[in-house]
Amino acid sequence: MSWFRRLFLRRRIYSDLSEEIQQHLTEKMEALMAEGMSRDQAEYAAKRAFGNVTRIEESARKAWMWPKTESIVADFRFATRKLLRSPGFATTAMLTLALGIGANVIVFSVLNGLILKPLDVPHPENLFHILHGKEGYSGQSYRDYVDYRDRDPSFSGVLACQYLHVGLKVGVSVMPSWGFAASGNYFDVLGVQPALGRFFHAADEHGPGSAPYLVISHDLWRGQLNRDSNVLGETVELNKHPFTVIGVAPEGFHGTDALFWPDYWIPIMNAAQVTSFDDLPYRDHFAFEVFGRLKAGLTPAQANDSLNALASQMAKEDPKDDGLSVRVRVPGPAGDDRDPTKAVLSGIMLLAFLVLFAACANLASIFAARAADRSGELAIRLAIGSSRWVVLRQLVVEAVVVSIAGGLLGSLLARLALGVLSHLRLSGDFPTHFPIFPDARVYLAALTLSVASGLVFGLLPGRQVWQTDVMQAIKSGCLSTQSFRRFALRDVLLVIQIVVCTLLVTATLVAIRGMKRALHEPLAFQPEGVTLAWADLRMAGHTDEEILSLQKRMTDAAAAIPGVTAASVVDSVPFRGGGEWFVYRWGTTDFLPSHKAFAAQTFLIAPSYLKTAETPLLAGRDFTWHDDSKSPEVAIVNETFAHRLFGDTPAIGQRFALWETAKYEVVGVVADGKYLSFTEEPQPVMFLPLAQGVGGVMSSTATILVRSHLPADQVTAALNHTLRDIEPNAPFTIRRWADVIDLSMLPARTATAALCVMGLLSAMLAVTGVFGMASYAVSKRMREQGIRMALGAQRSQVVRSTLSRPLLLLLSGSALGLGAGVLTSGLLAHFISLATPRDPLVLFGVFLTMTLLGLLGTWIPASRALAIDPARLLRDS
Amino acid sequence: MGHPKKPEPRDLFPGALEMMILQSLRRQPMHGYALVQHIQQRSNDLLQVEEGSLYPALQRILKQNLVKAEWEISASNRRVRTYRITLAGIKHLEREVSRLDRMLEGISLVLSTAKA
Repeated sequence: MSWFRRLFLRRRIYSDLSEEIQQHLTEKMEALMAEGMSRDQAEYAAKRAFGNVTRIEESARKAWMWPKTESIVADFRFATRKLLRSPGFATTAMLTLALGIGANVIVFSVLNGLILKPLDVPHPENLFHILHGKEGYSGQSYRDYVDYRDRDPSFSGVLACQYLHVGLKVGVSVMPSWGFAASGNYFDVLGVQPALGRFFHAADEHGPGSAPYLVISHDLWRGQLNRDSNVLGETVELNKHPFTVIGVAPEGFHGTDALFWPDYWIPIMNAAQVTSFDDLPYRDHFAFEVFGRLKAGLTPAQANDSLNALASQMAKEDPKDDGLSVRVRVPGPAGDDRDPTKAVLSGIMLLAFLVLFAACANLASIFAARAADRSGELAIRLAIGSSRWVVLRQLVVEAVVVSIAGGLLGSLLARLALGVLSHLRLSGDFPTHFPIFPDARVYLAALTLSVASGLVFGLLPGRQVWQTDVMQAIKSGCLSTQSFRRFALRDVLLVIQIVVCTLLVTATLVAIRGMKRALHEPLAFQPEGVTLAWADLRMAGHTDEEILSLQKRMTDAAAAIPGVTAASVVDSVPFRGGGEWFVYRWGTTDFLPSHKAFAAQTFLIAPSYLKTAETPLLAGRDFTWHDDSKSPEVAIVNETFAHRLFGDTPAIGQRFALWETAKYEVVGVVADGKYLSFTEEPQPVMFLPLAQGVGGVMSSTATILVRSHLPADQVTAALNHTLRDIEPNAPFTIRRWADVIDLSMLPARTATAALCVMGLLSAMLAVTGVFGMASYAVSKRMREQGIRMALGAQRSQVVRSTLSRPLLLLLSGSALGLGAGVLTSGLLAHFISLATPRDPLVLFGVFLTMTLLGLLGTWIPASRALAIDPARLLRDS
Repeated sequence: MGHPKKPEPRDLFPGALEMMILQSLRRQPMHGYALVQHIQQRSNDLLQVEEGSLYPALQRILKQNLVKAEWEISASNRRVRTYRITLAGIKHLEREVSRLDRMLEGISLVLSTAKA
């Protein structure tokens, strides 16, 4: 008989057995009666000869059982029944654990998706990012890349790629899209095969402009192109330049950036057609990301040394490479020790662990209280002969059931929250995916973590069972023989919980305060009331000459919209990113990177920008439309720029240079502001006339900004209408400036929000902890307090004596937590600037919060203690 | 099969009851009550076997396919569950009997040298 069939036949087997035994007894009885016994005598004798029917039947059934498994299954069923019968306990314990586990699953999934998971390419373990040696730079110049590729022996292949943002015309519609310009060997080095058609290879490169091929991403093919397999051989336009579609990348392949999902790849040789700027000939244009496949048997450190030796050799050969060095790293945030996302996420992960720890502490006290409540039952079970093991096993099983349920609930909640989170977009037009959905590993880890915490913390009360003196327990109806006054485990647990809570509340308040301060930093411009509209005019196929006059016409038309008080045009506005250029002192002859004074953020602005943005002009004049390509090159700089380049001498009339033919005279000085983030240090910034470009290099991106008192949607509609009239083909994006700035704050906001959630969770846990402790204290000493009141104690004395202990624990926990908060402020400073826990307002806030939590937790127990009626209490007991 | 935690007090060594049952069934198929009677008679009532203890042993050998059981109507017109020994049961019995013989031989040798 197979075990499987037996499982279903078992009921039959058991009933056969019972019947058989009954038949045996009957037969025996009849035999005895035939010998002359009376019926009653015979029945009695038959049973005595047979033995204990129930026990024998049970032991016979055992032949068919897996005794261990089955008794554990029975334990599980019993535990579930028990838990269903005390829903309060079960719900509290489950929710407590679910909060802790859920927080961890969320944070770990994000950490796993953004940082820990390797790139989606074959053999990610030997692919390394080759960065520029200087901190803050990542890109390499194309000529340096070629040297690394051809002259260094440590890599089996080295690829280069460049981010592109261009207008993609498929059929009749133009859409702004992102892609990569990639070296010919790109796909071969990464080791991927096309889903359709072919990829381009190194052999396709025959000098600039020689390979007008396009490989499209699987997402684009599936989405816009409806999986059309006739797309191969079709011509599409990138910024009006024709490219032939030769292949479709495999599903899920998105190159060497974990978050960025490009729409297409074109050969680097043809990038200049699209960008209108040839990056290839210059050793000081760090426009390319470089990745290499390390040869087997080599370490990244060896490759790093070998590449740096080559770099110093290259520096000797070409002065433009003066001071060149490289860093070889694991790609993405995983390899970057200073990556802000990684620092923030690691910090939040730590907090999530703290929350779980607090949850476990809470769980332990819940289980301890439950064991105390059930002590009567457990004592009886021990007294009637249950072994300590069996009672303990029952407690373990209960803990496991609770923790599995809690873990599942937590994972479910986390999955829901991650669903919402994954829809976040860090930037409006940047194609990102957040691969943060938990995989099987995360779920397994969550389940293991919950069962482990359930076991460890659910078993703390197990000690009680072990040490119980059964006689004593039966007499007092209580398992615990220890005095309540003694310093107990649950006190420690509560203090731990409160320390964690205080720490998290401190961190949360610091983060909120830092955020608030950041928002009040002087920006040197007034984003409220300004609406932006931006587009790359080259995407509509315009040449540099046309672009300037088009920008002028658009600005004039925007200014004429009724209700608009000022309008201007710039290449890009602060908080949407600008370009960085090296600034050299006047009189520099060798324009080598090592001779530069500093790098300055650069904005190309039209005359009325300062007025529209309300940037204060401290000295000198604004630009006019006469500052154009025919007149001398002029610049407006900020205070930091002026101070760092010219010291205390007035900046107006001073000169500086960007390269041999780009020499500037300062005509105006504006106040320092913020340009990329609220938390940045003051940095040098220069504004150059849009009509002059940067040393004659014109910008094709245009951001029209208009200031108006009208509601934003009215302005948006009017602006859209006006701009479409002038250039229907340019894909304009229209946003409020304040929204753009908000978006740039998203990472900081997310971190603060995460902190707030953790703080809230731990506060909830702390309240339940204090509440549990206080109610336990009140109910355990109810009788004693009743006697005291009968003897004349005041109600206030009773309340004081019952609640002094939880409150003392709360106080000491808060003090410890605050101390820890101050001590770890350095750690906090990693991801929160502009505020510290030493801030008196923060200290006060923490104090207030903890007092409130204490009140909340002790309110109900205190009123129960106040409501003690000594007469009734004494009568009852 | 797990061993019970507390060894039940037994007059027989483990497996003895099973051997006696198999040997009895080898002579002729029987139901539980008849088996008990048979074993008690044959042992001249020397073995004090609790009647019920037969059933766990029967279930064990039934599970091991050493016997098979069928409900039948007995000669006395009674519904009884009759056990029959299987081929596997016979082999098992012979193996066990020869092991028992060797064991007894060993024990008696040791005892006789001790006496001498």
